[in-house]
Amino acid sequence: MAQIIKMTTPLISAKAIQKTYTTGQHHVRVLRGAGISANEGEFISVIGQSGSGKSTMLHVLGLLDSPDVGEVLYEGKRIDNLNETTRDLLRNRVFGFIFQFYHLLPELSLLENVMAPLMIRHSLWNYWKQRREIKQQALEILEEVGLGHRIKHRPSQLSGGELQRGAIARALITKPRILLADEPTGNLDAETGLEIIALLKKLNITNRLTIVMVTHDEAIATQAHRIVRLKEGRIENAVINKAMIATAM
Amino acid sequence: MYKLLLCLRYLRTRYIALASIVSVMLGVATMIVVNSVLAGFTNEMRDRIHGFLADVVIESRSKDGIRNSKDQLQQVHDAVGAYVAAATCTVEMPGVTSIEINGETYTTPVTIVGIIPWEKARVGPLVDCLASHNPTIENGEVLPALRSRGVSPGWELTSEAAEWRRFIKEQQEIILRNEGLLESSDSTGIVPSGSDVTVTTESERPEPPIFDAPQTAGSDVDFPFDPVDPFNITDSVISGIRKEPHEARVYIGEGLVSYQVRDPETGKLEQVTMIRPGEDVTITTVKAGRPEPVSFEATICDIFRSGMSEYDSQLILMNLEQLQQNRGMLVRDPETGEIIEDKITSIQIKLKDYTNAEIVVEKLKAVFPPGLVTVRTWESKQGLLLSAVEMETAILNVLLFLIITVAGFGILAIFFMIVVEKTRDIGILKSLGASSRGIMSIFLSYGLGLGMVGSMAGVCIGLVFVRYINQIEEALSWLTGRRVFDRDIYYFSRIPTHVSPMMVFCVAMGAVGIAVVASVLPARRASRLHPVRALRFD
Repeated sequence: MAQIIKMTTPLISAKAIQKTYTTGQHHVRVLRGAGISANEGEFISVIGQSGSGKSTMLHVLGLLDSPDVGEVLYEGKRIDNLNETTRDLLRNRVFGFIFQFYHLLPELSLLENVMAPLMIRHSLWNYWKQRREIKQQALEILEEVGLGHRIKHRPSQLSGGELQRGAIARALITKPRILLADEPTGNLDAETGLEIIALLKKLNITNRLTIVMVTHDEAIATQAHRIVRLKEGRIENAVINKAMIATAM
Repeated sequence: MYKLLLCLRYLRTRYIALASIVSVMLGVATMIVVNSVLAGFTNEMRDRIHGFLADVVIESRSKDGIRNSKDQLQQVHDAVGAYVAAATCTVEMPGVTSIEINGETYTTPVTIVGIIPWEKARVGPLVDCLASHNPTIENGEVLPALRSRGVSPGWELTSEAAEWRRFIKEQQEIILRNEGLLESSDSTGIVPSGSDVTVTTESERPEPPIFDAPQTAGSDVDFPFDPVDPFNITDSVISGIRKEPHEARVYIGEGLVSYQVRDPETGKLEQVTMIRPGEDVTITTVKAGRPEPVSFEATICDIFRSGMSEYDSQLILMNLEQLQQNRGMLVRDPETGEIIEDKITSIQIKLKDYTNAEIVVEKLKAVFPPGLVTVRTWESKQGLLLSAVEMETAILNVLLFLIITVAGFGILAIFFMIVVEKTRDIGILKSLGASSRGIMSIFLSYGLGLGMVGSMAGVCIGLVFVRYINQIEEALSWLTGRRVFDRDIYYFSRIPTHVSPMMVFCVAMGAVGIAVVASVLPARRASRLHPVRALRFD
């Protein structure tokens, strides 16, 4: 793991990001030159108070938002200035997202929610041809996150922990290289939160999944290999969590 | 793939969208029903107009007519014989008809058409228009036809008409005899046949009084005339009553001899007949050549009922030769009495195939000098009326289509609502890699789906409604206690309908189009949502 961390070209990095939101006449400078990078297989937590810009940093990394100044690099190539179609493609193939409020689509069953990213990826005809494989894949992933028995349920029928595991399953089905998690435990009780973190850690190790997790919970943050602290849109410090690297090894 | 799934899921789970489906459905169903009934009525009307007019009509510009009907017919056959199924000559002339009822004279302007009925029947369905050949609907009851439809129409009175005439004449005779006004005591009182005169001549009548002249003493007491009607013939002596029908026979338009009154108690329309077949009418018209008035009596032998009020309240069909005779359009050999020359005002032609009408018109125009006659198809002759009906249908369609447009605005509003409601889902889809175009197509196909479901439901309901319109009308009449569709007004036993597949297709496609157009704005809005803002939306 230590070797991985020392690799020269990070898998994903954001450099000197500046971002200002304008609401009416108010300009809020959310990011003031913050930068972050993650190597392949690394588990990073971004921590900071509300309004420190940690979620915005995650959105910029995941191409959901564009920086005003600065650049985002994927495998050393700039990706924030790509056209919309390519950005959509990267979101579908490279990144997986999980959110504080799970964000599963209420009209679809859990299984359909998990299959949704592949439905988006494939045309109707291609999806039809591969429907059995895709379903099998989704079932396996749901089994992996411990939801194999709830596939027919609608999101409204599931608990918070189940919803978040469902969201993780949905993020994993595309076999992403980077998982971006925005306060994944923020809406869960401590015990369930730890279960989710344990799941993320397992995925990080078994799938060599790069994870960037935003949280405001110190206890959760310390589960990562590296802890990046944001304050008022700038990086306050970045600490390598040796204890975690040791356990990982 | 996700577009289709989400679109179908939204269709199934958003009950508010049902409102749009229902409004599209109602609009489509209304348009189909109204258009089908209108088309039914229009077809019926066209059939009736066409039924009375022939396919192609040659008319002389002057009411004096053109010479030699036989030569003219021959000319038609020579020019376009291959296209012609049948042709007949007629004389059309405006005139006045007087009907005498209870001493009152009702005078009405009419168009007198001289025809040869058996020839006219070959040119158009004359038999359909004659009361004696068809079952009659009178005050809601269907009376059987007096003559078979297979019988060629002629000028003979039906036995009922002859009986009625005999009865009427006997009654008149009794009244006149009781009042001592009948000259002869002969019980038959028959005037020699061939004479059309039933009343003593003008010279035998006392001079009408001159009201301005100084009157003799006591004359205001013993004044022998009714001052209101100085010509009242009851004060003259009548030599006899003509019991035999006149040589001149007519089919008289139904509107000229009867009218409808609504019974104030039952609210039902009732037919009041003023004069029946077997009785006489006085016809006045103008002679050919020098326009001198000519008046003659004619016996009604049938009622003409085409269902077109314009015709039924205006037309009198009479025997061609009698009309020609009375108008001085015949030249006879003084010795043999044979017709040497006659005049007619129009030739009606039925074609084997109406699609050739324009060719026939062009060929006839080349043969007949344009100064003397006009050659037209029945459609161009009735062009104004037909285009008025078309205009009416078009305006009605525009108005009805506005209903569907209103449904479109409903879809617009509901879709905006759904887009707002689904903002976060749109953010999620974008975070999963859905393109803006993909998001847009979800809502466009949602609109398309709504439109298609609404249209199909509307088409089904509309077609079922049209199919069972008479039963529905009966049920409504039963529920409300009043007849919704009064058969007496239109002479239809059923509501006529005509479903044009093209119309149904256009209406359905129009509705689908409007639904899609209405969903464009909300769909664009959805596609332009910023993913981060959409995800943060509460």
